[in-house]
Amino acid sequence: MALPATLNIHVEEPLKPKDYRSDITPTWCPGCGDFGVVGSLAKAYADQKYDPSSVTTVSGIGCSSRLPLWMNSFGIHSCHGRAVPVAVGAHLARPEMPVVVTIGDGDCFSIGGGHIGPPARRNMNMTVIVMDNGTFALTKNQNSPTSRIGLPGSLASGMGNLDEPMNPIELMITYGATFVAQTYSANAKHMGLTINQALSHKGFSFVNVLSPCPTYNKVDTFAYFKPRIHNINEEGEHTDLGNRAAALIKAGELYEHHKREDAPVPVGVYYEVDKPIYSEKVAKVREFYKATDSPRWDDIFDQFKP
Amino acid sequence: MAIDLTIKVAGEGGEGVISSGDFIMQAATRAGMEVVTFKSFPAEIKGGYALSQVRISDQKILSQGDGFDILVAFNGEAYEVNKPLLTPGTIMVWDGPKGGDFEPEEHDGVQMFAVPMSDIAKNQLKNYIAKNMVAMGAVVELFGLPEDSLKSSIHDKFIKKGQEVVDFNYQAIELGRQWIRDNYPERKVAQAFPASKPQKDVVILEGNQAIAVGAVMAGCRFYGAYPITPATSVGNHLVSLMHHVNGTVYQAEDEISALATVIGASFTGTKSFTATAGPGISLMQELIGLAIMSEVPVVIADIQRGGPSTGMPTKHDQGDLFACSLGSHGDAPRIVLAVADVSDCVYLTIQAFNLAERYQTPVMLLSDASLSIQTEPIPRPDISKVKRVEREFAKAPAEGEHFNRYRITDSGVSPMGAPGIPGTNYAATGLEHAEDSGPRTNIETRNAMTEKRWRKFEGIEDAFTPIEREGEDGDDLGIISWGMTQSVTREAVARLRAQGHKVSALYPKMLWPMPKKQIEAFAGSVKKVVVPEANFQGQFADLIKMRTNVVPIKFNAYRGEPLIPKEIENMALDLLGQTAGAAPKARLAIH
Repeated sequence: MALPATLNIHVEEPLKPKDYRSDITPTWCPGCGDFGVVGSLAKAYADQKYDPSSVTTVSGIGCSSRLPLWMNSFGIHSCHGRAVPVAVGAHLARPEMPVVVTIGDGDCFSIGGGHIGPPARRNMNMTVIVMDNGTFALTKNQNSPTSRIGLPGSLASGMGNLDEPMNPIELMITYGATFVAQTYSANAKHMGLTINQALSHKGFSFVNVLSPCPTYNKVDTFAYFKPRIHNINEEGEHTDLGNRAAALIKAGELYEHHKREDAPVPVGVYYEVDKPIYSEKVAKVREFYKATDSPRWDDIFDQFKP
Repeated sequence: MAIDLTIKVAGEGGEGVISSGDFIMQAATRAGMEVVTFKSFPAEIKGGYALSQVRISDQKILSQGDGFDILVAFNGEAYEVNKPLLTPGTIMVWDGPKGGDFEPEEHDGVQMFAVPMSDIAKNQLKNYIAKNMVAMGAVVELFGLPEDSLKSSIHDKFIKKGQEVVDFNYQAIELGRQWIRDNYPERKVAQAFPASKPQKDVVILEGNQAIAVGAVMAGCRFYGAYPITPATSVGNHLVSLMHHVNGTVYQAEDEISALATVIGASFTGTKSFTATAGPGISLMQELIGLAIMSEVPVVIADIQRGGPSTGMPTKHDQGDLFACSLGSHGDAPRIVLAVADVSDCVYLTIQAFNLAERYQTPVMLLSDASLSIQTEPIPRPDISKVKRVEREFAKAPAEGEHFNRYRITDSGVSPMGAPGIPGTNYAATGLEHAEDSGPRTNIETRNAMTEKRWRKFEGIEDAFTPIEREGEDGDDLGIISWGMTQSVTREAVARLRAQGHKVSALYPKMLWPMPKKQIEAFAGSVKKVVVPEANFQGQFADLIKMRTNVVPIKFNAYRGEPLIPKEIENMALDLLGQTAGAAPKARLAIH
């Protein structure tokens, strides 16, 4: 059968979150933060009234990247580090289709570190959700780019992680993402709101989800986060979301809690701006050149006449 | 009278060597001739030795030939490099007697024409850039290259810049002609152009352009790639072609990303494509495995260049066959095709897309640096005659039924879901999986899925176009060749058979999976088998040894230039126990 020229993105009658879950049982450890993420994502798909046959969830390799297999949507469980460019291809071929990338911190910032910039800079209309547990868990505990100093890791120094963690929020603002936020997997309300905001955002949206690994990261645990979580968007603290400089200053405080016992763990939207999206620019070029689905083959071959 | 004339323009890159060749090619085609070009230039943007060679005939041309009849030497380096090839019967047009940077020696039997192209350009035309046009004027006057068709080519190329530019070039041509008339009034050259014939209904394409044309004809609507010599121009040509067909060209951040975007685009139901060269193939290996495991159709063109590592980015080589056939880890089946000429670049590319869709697999399409810029006129393509294979999409499942993307089937191919077909959503995964995509490592699933992936290709040799064979059963020698070496072999075999030697040839286009039955049948019908190829190891010969009962003799060149017909001819005479080098013009290399 032939594919429809454009997709119907939305269902008329809303579905329930469970309608967006597959019947494959997750293989995550009991207590994994990622259960909260898959639950929130299914709920957000329901809130967005996505047709499960018109949305694609893309992942790489790692514990969190199994997520598309647990979803009832189109899914691509790709190679380690390569989820973002796979998603870019799906998005470019079907610009009207919602494309959501669900990956881990190692996938996004270590092996796939070079891939996250181009679609952010180009403001492609897609969403990247990173489940950040600060460790490589599927390979049984190695340090990741977001591991804190001193965190044990099987390939670490013998005195734990020597490296300062990289800052996902600063990085994504600098790369040009137009929606950048952090949330926490045990706060279903905030996470649901944030993922919905990201999905609704027109342009490249990025959400870093603090998603504790109960098996290998014994420092950044639910018990650690719970009393420290603090919403930066409340009480007039960080509300000028289009202010890039303010966003970067605020993002600079991301790991303050690593240094000061009484510092909060921030969640909230850091940056949100409205900019032209890539597919609209492409559409203008096509319009200029009078691109068509019914090619004028004579014109094509005439240009190669001697 | 049949003519077979090869003009070689050589000099420093950037002084119009390549464009001279292009104009000669255009002019000859407009005059109704057959043409095959050969070009070579250094990896640097400016400077370095460059050559452009045009072989012209009123008969069908099989390859770029053995060498040149006429050398147009723009500088001393061009002369030095080609000095050994100035054999009796050849002609040299050179930058002199004043204003050039060299003074040639005497060469027995070589006709020399001094044309002060630099001097005329600088001092009469006040613009050094016109040097190549002065040289072409001399070629027009000396050999009867039809001036009308040359001028119309020049007009069409430069009219965008204004009539003054066109007239300036015409003036340069005239000064070159005038010089010959004034200084060589008694000239007589052995070969000259026949009278112009009506121009044929052809299109002129260079190899990579033809691949781009083939791709859009096949229905490709997504191209993702990263710049790499000599593959970049496939994308350059696709940019404008895709405007005609509403397709996408995307410059990715590296080759890994390029293939990743192609897999993502194909997943949505769009025929998708990338082109790269050896280093890119190395980077893509893991993603090739993903396309195999998740059964996503993709076409990957590898425009081969000299390797390993950075190697020789602009030079001819056939050394990526192992990487394309066997690369990527695990038991990873895929299809490998190889193009031999510009026509293949169009039509085998279409076949590559058809095979990718039919078998839901990566198809590797091998070309090379020389063919990437070789131009030939080919009959104008007729889109209505092109057979396109469309993907087998799944139907929306009935109420309560679950769509199993990786359903075990007799053919090994399972209908694909795609966004927009209700209820066909599934997860494509690189993990070993059950029919429903769920991760599995149990023995039954692993065996069934591995066998499914290989079963797809069981009958492919019979399903694909039968391999063309020349010669008769019982011949003394059989040559199996692939890629651009096929064109060269065709010419050598034509000569050998014309001399009465019993030589057969087999010209496979699909190299992998190995066409075992036809290779074995061919080998069984001749006394010995040889595989000439442009790599050190004899990669196709080794694959034949690995997958058939045939043990071919290897004949290899790995110098960065294509084999030439004369080498294959001499190789065959050696293997036949005859004295090599019997033919009159023994020119063993194109430098």
